[in-house]
Amino acid sequence: MTKSLTLPDTERDHVSGSVKGAIKLLEYGDYECPFCADAQPIVKEIQRRLGDDLLFAFRHFPLINIHPHSEHAAEAAEAAGAQENFWGMHDLLFENQSALEDQDLVAYAGELSLDETRLIREVTSSVYALRIREDFKSGVRGGVNGTPTFFINGERYDGPRDVGPFLEALSKQTVEK
Amino acid sequence: MIPQTNVYRSVLGAGRQAPEFTLQCTPDQTVSLNEFRGRPVVLAFYPADFSPVCGDQMALYNEMLNEFQEFEGELVGLSVDGAWCHAAFAKQNKLHFPLLADFEPKGAVARSYGVYDEKEGTCERALFVIDRDGVIRWSYVSPIGVNPGANGILSALEDLQTKSETTDAAK
Repeated sequence: MTKSLTLPDTERDHVSGSVKGAIKLLEYGDYECPFCADAQPIVKEIQRRLGDDLLFAFRHFPLINIHPHSEHAAEAAEAAGAQENFWGMHDLLFENQSALEDQDLVAYAGELSLDETRLIREVTSSVYALRIREDFKSGVRGGVNGTPTFFINGERYDGPRDVGPFLEALSKQTVEK
Repeated sequence: MIPQTNVYRSVLGAGRQAPEFTLQCTPDQTVSLNEFRGRPVVLAFYPADFSPVCGDQMALYNEMLNEFQEFEGELVGLSVDGAWCHAAFAKQNKLHFPLLADFEPKGAVARSYGVYDEKEGTCERALFVIDRDGVIRWSYVSPIGVNPGANGILSALEDLQTKSETTDAAK
């Protein structure tokens, strides 16, 4: 289980950026959630602007009843992660949110030059389902109430999901440190 | 971060007997609170069916039924919408728990729990965790636009389980 509910765990989570980054941004998201897809370019811009000051982590929070493709999409990201390309799949899934059928997932694996057979086997046998559920449960206990939910250095960020206000909240963290 | 029991107008708090009710859960079926006696019940009052989906409280709880069941907890949603409206909402969101219609007389059950918003004519966004003897053990009213999540419910169910284990051990 995760060490901290609302801080990235660099040993367990998928992280991007600098481990030494003073600002830690954690997102709980669902690949089929339109609001998460909308937030994706904002996260990218924040990463670009903050560079090595930022450590970004993503945990899965699939709402599988309303988003029937979200579970397999999350499992495909994990399967890609097992082949060292979580973030490649993560980006492709959000960029192609309207095409998340199983055959689409396989096509993305191909696009990323992953071992497709292995990815199919791992997704169809739910190898990562338990891990995804752990993400989900940690989110619930940490105060996630929908997707996307962001935590900045462990505190839930409820402000507007635009680059400006987001950066303002993030930079406050550096000042306070 | 964890929502605590708060003082909110006349909302019924911990230690009070949960007011009994019988409400329609489908156009041709009713549910009574006392049918749940013997296991914990979570009452989730919410303002209206068909609020935006991704942040929707009922959609979140729907994903958590297994977690609630780990504590033998039964979840029911309540709003002033009618049974047909609930049926459409449940179908659209593939909800796997009952939605009760506090419809006629409108909001009577919400009033008895102290969570009826007279001005809006809807239920407040309020949570109650009721123990196996029908006593309220935790209640929380969220600002109307804020989805309170599920952490408070899980903590309350956990407390209940710990207490009932202690009681059973003492017997």
